[in-house]
Amino acid sequence: MGERLDIQKTYKLFIGGAFPRSESGRTTEVVAADGSFVANVAKASRKDLRDAVKAARGAQSDWAGRTAYNRGQILYRMAEVMEGRRSQFEVELVTCGSSAADAAAELDEAIDLWVWYAGWCDKFQQVVGTVNPVAGPFFNFTVPEPTGVVGVVAPEQPSLAGLIARLAPVLVSGNTAVVIPSEVAPLSAISLSETIATSDVPGGVINMLTGPKLDLLPWLLGHLDVNAVDLTGAPTDLDPAVLDEAVGNVKRVIRRDPADRGPYAITDFCEMKTIWHPIGR
Amino acid sequence: MTSELDPIASPSGFTPRSTGGIGLWVTPVDEVAIEARARTFTTRSIKKTSKRAALELAISCIDLTTLEGMDTPGRVSALCRKAITPDPADPSLPSTAAVCVYPSMVPSAAAFTAGSSVRVASVAGAFPSGMSSLEVRLADIRDAVAAGADEIDIVIGRGDFFTGRYGRVFDDIVAAKEACGPAHLKVILETGELGTYDQIRRASMLAMAAGADFIKTSTGKVARNATMPIALCMAEAIRDYVEQTGEIVGLKVAGGIRTAKQAWHYLVLINETLGPDWLTPDRFRIGASSLLNDALLAIRKLDTGRYSGPDYVSID
Amino acid sequence: MANDDIHPVAKGQSRGFSLDYAPAPESASVVSIADEYGLFIDGEFAEPESGELFATVSPATEERLSMVASGGVGDVDRAVGAARRAYDGVWGPMPGRERAKYLFRIARQLQERAREFAVLETLDGGKPIKESRDVDIPLAAAHFFYYAGWADKLEYAFPGRDVAPRGVAGQIIPWNFPMMMLAWKVAPALAAGNTVVLKPAETTPLTALLFARLLQDVGLPPGVVNIVTGAGPTGEALVDHPGVDKLAFTGSTAVGKRIQKVALARGVPVTLELGGKAAHIVFEDAAIDQAVEGVINGIYFNQGHVCCAGSRLLVQESIAESFVDRLKRRLATVRVGDPLDKNTDVGAINSSRQLARITELVEVGVAEGAELYQPDCGLPDRGFFFRPTILSHVEQTHRIAREEVFGPVLSVLTFRTPEEAVAKANNTPYGLSAGIWTEKGSKILWMADRLDAGIVWANTYNQFDPASPFGGYKESGFGREGGMHGLAPYLSAAPTGGRS
Repeated sequence: MGERLDIQKTYKLFIGGAFPRSESGRTTEVVAADGSFVANVAKASRKDLRDAVKAARGAQSDWAGRTAYNRGQILYRMAEVMEGRRSQFEVELVTCGSSAADAAAELDEAIDLWVWYAGWCDKFQQVVGTVNPVAGPFFNFTVPEPTGVVGVVAPEQPSLAGLIARLAPVLVSGNTAVVIPSEVAPLSAISLSETIATSDVPGGVINMLTGPKLDLLPWLLGHLDVNAVDLTGAPTDLDPAVLDEAVGNVKRVIRRDPADRGPYAITDFCEMKTIWHPIGR
Repeated sequence: MTSELDPIASPSGFTPRSTGGIGLWVTPVDEVAIEARARTFTTRSIKKTSKRAALELAISCIDLTTLEGMDTPGRVSALCRKAITPDPADPSLPSTAAVCVYPSMVPSAAAFTAGSSVRVASVAGAFPSGMSSLEVRLADIRDAVAAGADEIDIVIGRGDFFTGRYGRVFDDIVAAKEACGPAHLKVILETGELGTYDQIRRASMLAMAAGADFIKTSTGKVARNATMPIALCMAEAIRDYVEQTGEIVGLKVAGGIRTAKQAWHYLVLINETLGPDWLTPDRFRIGASSLLNDALLAIRKLDTGRYSGPDYVSID
Repeated sequence: MANDDIHPVAKGQSRGFSLDYAPAPESASVVSIADEYGLFIDGEFAEPESGELFATVSPATEERLSMVASGGVGDVDRAVGAARRAYDGVWGPMPGRERAKYLFRIARQLQERAREFAVLETLDGGKPIKESRDVDIPLAAAHFFYYAGWADKLEYAFPGRDVAPRGVAGQIIPWNFPMMMLAWKVAPALAAGNTVVLKPAETTPLTALLFARLLQDVGLPPGVVNIVTGAGPTGEALVDHPGVDKLAFTGSTAVGKRIQKVALARGVPVTLELGGKAAHIVFEDAAIDQAVEGVINGIYFNQGHVCCAGSRLLVQESIAESFVDRLKRRLATVRVGDPLDKNTDVGAINSSRQLARITELVEVGVAEGAELYQPDCGLPDRGFFFRPTILSHVEQTHRIAREEVFGPVLSVLTFRTPEEAVAKANNTPYGLSAGIWTEKGSKILWMADRLDAGIVWANTYNQFDPASPFGGYKESGFGREGGMHGLAPYLSAAPTGGRS
């Protein structure tokens, strides 16, 4: 028997539950800490972004329309599936420069984040929703609703736990997401896509676009069918002209410390809806 | 049981005979919103010149009422005198529309109002409960008409109404109308007992479809009498009924209307809901007693610029 | 249209009694308006640096009411400086329970002087006295009273968080509800411990300036609230000022977008309450007469100068014709005229500019094929007035169905199914409010769940309350005003002890 040649993976985009290459046909080379070639990852174009937003929009009302219990179970399922694949993720993190110990710790963190937010799905409404004592014969209550389609610019590091820390709260309330993962360490995000595809998350709820953030950001911020963008993982010195793109549809632009994991990380991507009804016979 | 229920008395409507089978739209009524709307009529300010005319109109719409077990011909005589000439000091003022009495007082009332424009209205049909057999109620009506009543005020059978026997309620009103002969029929819904505006609207439509000339809020014998939103609910029912059938029906509000200011509020309500064509005793009545003197005091104030006192108008 | 056609009576039967309503003008003597007003900075009225003044007129008479200072960059800088000093020196360190007492005092004074404020609001803005008297001023007072109670309870509003005021809040308010919008901005900001620089709208500055006097009477420490009058450039100076830690704006979506740009570039938190094009949905199983009232109130309240106005009537096709007939009949009893008259239902359009905009859009609507209805009511000879208008047979593609008119103009569209109603209602970049009329409870909840709107009024419309959060989806803005949610924009809330 000769030495077996290992199979190199083609790291593709994740759009609408499928794994297309970039329509541009372009890729970016990822190199290991020692400078050796690791993989070519797809370089998403603005057209890929357009497709991803379309997929996210298409999936949104179904995702939001599910019961909170169901969303909670699906997010919990993500933890289950990741737990079973953790060695793959750890290898990828190490490939991209983490120590083995850091990679293991990050996996613990990443998986626990799914569990944490799974539990929030049917609880945050009771923390932030209210029954309002108006001065009149009306029943009046306020409930959080998902804002719609959210663009998530994931932190560069930690590339996996950071991404999940920002993505999971977006999903809790029923938003769908277009994620731009870490540029320096995108591999685990792509494997996360494969995990998502084999879990119970419906196609289109999470879409993953690898590629240069600064190329994609103007298109993401300028897209009128994207309701909110999380810039936590974007550079803080963004060109104001790029930020200006966000006002086209009065986009909600969020930055929040990934370590801040309370219900407000969820409500950043919620709209509060207040409903009035008379009380009478 | 079901055989007693009118097969066409569905919650969404019924088909009256008098209208040749035209379905009537019994729309739901929202309590909070109708009460809010009714309040808006109380903030209208009437022109001073119009105010006096409005007070005269209010007087001319009054059914001056005495409905006591202790009523006597003497009492009725005083009432009729007051109805014909509300203020002896000002003969220009109109008479009230009618006096309203129990059936046994009708002969006296007819005698004392003879030759005047004041009509005699009689409650009848086992007033105020209506809890007698149909035969007894019809006989009561016929008696009153025979004794000289121009108008008959009856109350609907709430027992039948609450048990969903709308057909019976309807048939009873049809029979009452027949028993009235030439007399006008006012049908009292006793709104204070109906519980909801939906029911008031339904009862209004039912009474009109069965042939009521007027629909009336209350007997004055229960705790809750006419209110602005109840009057609005009934006025809206009348407006829709007239629109759909072309038949004119009047509105009588009764009980609790004691002040000139209240009367203005009701006139504004009628004006903005049914229009000026309903601002006439032929189509609008106020069942009241103490209102008349308050209206007279208000007229004195308008005429003299000073507030008057109860000793300066006659009791009835 | 004559009454004969409006009321369901055969012609020729009219009995001729005419119940005339009197002009019942509220006396304007209760207010005294100065010839000139300075800027309210650091507890005192001050001349603007430039010395420039602008006129504020009564839209009902076109008469000049007063001359008001036009704040410039330097004035805004002084105001922000005063607010900063007050924040650092007095208001920030002050215990919440003491801040609360000031706010309670403000609420009480507003109640006591309600008539004065109401008359001035109506004089300067043109809204009917019955609205300024019964809605604007009572709600403004109630708003201060509500937030007063929060000032010493902030830690209970955000469990697990350490809250802190943001600092100096720069606030810009519109001309449609001057005092109410002032209260919506100032009350939560102060309760949360911020100090304020407020810019009222240039056509309606007078009640804010009267409020400044009230603050002097209340004894509010100088600099806690500063009021800088002026037009667009004054607002820009405030938005651009680097000393402002928090921005809040209510007004048009166009201006809101400009403000969002600045806020994003500067990294300053901002709340925006912008335009709307609300769908008012009436099903065939509604309480019809109350729905008529709701639709009338929804669009003609405050001359339709309401961001949440129910400007698009979506009526189920099975009842569309009769429903529109009822609206027309009801419209015949709506009284347009002198805003100070207690009988007036629809007052003056706020400005000649706004009147021109409304007129233009209605013309466009008619040109696009909509059917115009206006009651045959007389309008005053002077002032800016517009007849309440119904445009029926409007289609989703018409400009009049898409653009915010901000006037007494109702567009009527129809639908067949709840799905279609939702689709049409949501087919707009706006998302502020919506109305639903049906007696079927499950349908209300089904609809409410699907409508992209921050406020859903079911079987009612245009209700407001300090305890009830208000604000939009999509291009109607973000952030909420009112209720516990209304505190959040004025606080930074870090996880308690840094824990998650």
